[in-house]
Amino acid sequence: MAYHSFLLEPISCHAWNKDRTQIALCPNNHDVHIYKKAGNSWTKTHELKEHNGQVTGIDWAPESNRIVTCGTDRNAYVWTLKGDVWKPTLVILRINRAARCVKWSPKENKFAVGSGSRLISVCYFEQENDWWVCKHIKKPIRSTILCLDWHPNNILLAAGSCDFKCRIFSAYIKEVEEKPAPTPWGSKMPFGEVMFESTGTAGWVHGVCFSDSGNRVAWASHDSTVAVAEGGKSAVVTSLTSETLPLLCVTFITENSLVAAGHDCYPALFVYDAGKGAITFGGKLDVPKQSAQKGMTARERFQNLDKKATSDTKEAVLESLHKNSISQISLLDGGKAKCTKFCTTGMDGGMAIWDVKPLESSVGELRLVWMGWGNIYSCLGSTSLCFDTLCA
Amino acid sequence: MARNTLGSRFRRVEVDGLEENSRFVEEQDEAAELQGPDTAEVDSLLRQGDMMSAFHVALRNPPINSKNPAIKEKAQAVVLRVLTSFKSSDIEPAVKSIDRNGIDLLMKYIYKGFEKPCENSSAILLQWHEKAFAVGGLGSIVRVMTSRKTV
Repeated sequence: MAYHSFLLEPISCHAWNKDRTQIALCPNNHDVHIYKKAGNSWTKTHELKEHNGQVTGIDWAPESNRIVTCGTDRNAYVWTLKGDVWKPTLVILRINRAARCVKWSPKENKFAVGSGSRLISVCYFEQENDWWVCKHIKKPIRSTILCLDWHPNNILLAAGSCDFKCRIFSAYIKEVEEKPAPTPWGSKMPFGEVMFESTGTAGWVHGVCFSDSGNRVAWASHDSTVAVAEGGKSAVVTSLTSETLPLLCVTFITENSLVAAGHDCYPALFVYDAGKGAITFGGKLDVPKQSAQKGMTARERFQNLDKKATSDTKEAVLESLHKNSISQISLLDGGKAKCTKFCTTGMDGGMAIWDVKPLESSVGELRLVWMGWGNIYSCLGSTSLCFDTLCA
Repeated sequence: MARNTLGSRFRRVEVDGLEENSRFVEEQDEAAELQGPDTAEVDSLLRQGDMMSAFHVALRNPPINSKNPAIKEKAQAVVLRVLTSFKSSDIEPAVKSIDRNGIDLLMKYIYKGFEKPCENSSAILLQWHEKAFAVGGLGSIVRVMTSRKTV
C-alpha cells in the first residue's frame, strides 16, 4: 500500500496509462496534469490546457494511448500524443449542461459522456469527415447522469443517474460495429434501448460497474446502499443497506466481490452470494496501525474540559489513510476478474494504491484476523482475500 | 468540488424555466396507500401497559405512499404518543426488537417528530434517536434524508 499526496485540493478525476507509469489527473481546475512515476516520486510531465471549465472526467485508452476528457464547459476533447506533445481534438457533444463523466468503450472505437443535460452522448469517429460524431440517448433519463461503465461486448452501457435509477442501455452504433450476440440482458439491442432499469434503491446513483463477464452490474446509491443486479429473463436485484455514509464509487475485483469507497474515507469489501441472493459487508480494507495510547496530564485534561466541555481522550482525527471522501477507484492490475491492485483518489488531494492478494479457497465463517505489521487476512466462504497493508 | 465563484447571482436564475420539459417528474408509484397504524388497537395496548406490542403495532402500515396530510398527521401523533409513553430504560430493548427496515422507519418518525416539538417530546425523541442511531448508524439517518417517500 502506498499513499502519495499530490495536492491540497481535491483530485476531481484521474486515469492511468496502460503500463501504470503515468497518471492523468485534474487538480480541481480547468487543466489536466500528467505525472510520471520516477522511482518513489512523481514528476509532472505535461499540462493539458484546453478546457474552460472544471474537468469532470478523464479516461485513458490503454491500447490506442488516447486520452478523452470532459468538463463543465460542455465540451469533450480527445488528446493524442504527437511526439512529446498532447494535441487536443474537440468533440461536439451537443449538450447544454456540464459533462459529468466519460468512458472509452472496451474496443476504444467509441466513448460515452454523461451530462447534466439528462442524456448520454455516444461518440464515434467518422472516417470520411475526419471528426468525432455523437448520438444521444435521451429516453427515459430524467436527470443528470453521474457515472458510466461499458459492458465487455462494447455495446451495452450502464449509467447511474440522479433520477435514482441505474440503467443499462444499448449503445450499438451500426457504422462502427457488427450486430451483437444475445446477452443475459436481452437479445435485441437497437441504439438507445433500455435493457435494464433498477428498482428497490433510492438516492442518486454515484457509481456503477459491470462485472468482468458483464452478467452482473453493481451500483452505489446515495441512500447508503450498494446493490447488484444479475442479468436474466427478469433481472434479479439484491441490495445491502449499510450503516455508513454513502459510497461514491464501486468496482468489481472478482466476479463475486466488490470494493467500494465514499464519504467514510476508506475502501470496503462487499461479497455477493448469488446462491443466497445476498450481499454481505466483508470488512474495511483500511485498518490503521494502533497508535500508542499516551497518558493525559492533568493540564491537558483541564484544557480539554475548558475547550471541549469533556475530558475525553479521543481526538477528532480521521484514522483512515485518506483524510477526506474517496471519489474514484481505478483498477491497476488483474482487471475486474482477479484484481491484485487498485487505486483510490479523493477530496484530500491524495492517491492511495492498495494491494489485494487472493489466497486459496478456504471454507469458514467470516473472520478478520489482525496480524503483525498490518497484514489483514479476511476469509469469507469460498473466496479468501488477503489485504497486505505493509507500508511502502 | 467546484471553484468558489464569489458571486451568487447565478443562484437566482430559474434554470428549469428556461427550457421546456425540464422539470423533474416524480415517478408514479402504484404501491398501495397504507392508512397508518390502528389508533384503537394502539390505545388499548397502551392502557394495558403492553408497551412493546403498542410499539410494534404503531410501526405498522406507515402512510408513506399517502398523499393525504391528515392521515400522515394522525399516524405521526399515534407514534409520538407511543414513543413518549416509554420509560428510558425500556427504549433500548424496544429498538433491538425491530429489523433494519423498522429502524429506518422509526428514524423517519423521530425526525418528523423533531419538526414540530411539543412539551417534552424533544427530550424523549433524543433518547430514542440515540438508541436507534446506535443500531442504524449514519446510514439510517441518510436514508431519512434521501427518501422521497416521507412518513
